[in-house]
Amino acid sequence: MLTIHCPNCGVTAEETEFHAHGEAHLKRFGPGSSEDDFESYLFMRKNPKGVHFERWHHRYGCGKWFHVARCTMTLEVFGSYTGQTSVPPQQIIDTIQDRRPDWVPAQDQA
Amino acid sequence: MSDPVTALKGAKGTAGFATVTEIGPVGMITLRGDFANKAVVKAAVAASGMTFPEQRRCATQGDQGMAWMSPDEVLIMCPYAEVHDRLENLQTALAKHHALAVNVSDARAVFRVRSPKVREVVAKLAPVDMDEAAFTIGMFRRTRFAQVPAAFWMPEADVIQVVCFRSVAQYMFDILNNAAKTGSEVGHF
Repeated sequence: MLTIHCPNCGVTAEETEFHAHGEAHLKRFGPGSSEDDFESYLFMRKNPKGVHFERWHHRYGCGKWFHVARCTMTLEVFGSYTGQTSVPPQQIIDTIQDRRPDWVPAQDQA
Repeated sequence: MSDPVTALKGAKGTAGFATVTEIGPVGMITLRGDFANKAVVKAAVAASGMTFPEQRRCATQGDQGMAWMSPDEVLIMCPYAEVHDRLENLQTALAKHHALAVNVSDARAVFRVRSPKVREVVAKLAPVDMDEAAFTIGMFRRTRFAQVPAAFWMPEADVIQVVCFRSVAQYMFDILNNAAKTGSEVGHF
């Protein structure tokens, strides 16, 4: 069971008070985009073994959205951060790199 | 006007180690808005007669109170008879601001659970740390009780007050009584 912290209301609770809602930081491809881009935006999701960023919803609490960085293999939760961002904040990246030295953020991968 | 009727007509359960009572009707107003805007805060304070609550806290005094629900929502509680007047004044005060105030009194059910072991009743039902140091008087917590959303706070050391949706009032009454069954004390707190 995961212990999740909600940055909107400051509650730390176990996962049944929350709801996971899939991969975070998707780039939207809307009208005018190519069909391939649109398809990948709609359907293609990462399924990593290891570090993963997700959107979470504090369903039974304050009802707000936020992001969580966690490991899909060990179920370690690295931290949660605001929903109002399209990239993970440096503090979260530092925490992950501290725990997983070979991990490289997606935006830095060539 | 028709008489207000609560969901369970004031049902009371005294069989267990805690007394579970449906109270009410309680006047409740949901206010959503930007609380960085001083005018909205001022209107909320005027409507509730209480100071504005800090994060995850509530201030109650007698029949009236104000509870922090989320970064943009507070719950104002007052005597049922006053809710229309208070709402009207609140809406007048907020006329020029982006905010929403709604009377939700009849959409909710309110329970009071009284027992020296009341922390056990909650700990069995909600994923909340009920240790005396972790959950103190004056805190307000939105969470789930078994399978339904609810919010609760402790007005006194041996009392908790639970707010839930009216449609699940019977379920809430049953699970509270079940968690308070005589002989089921865990004795953790």
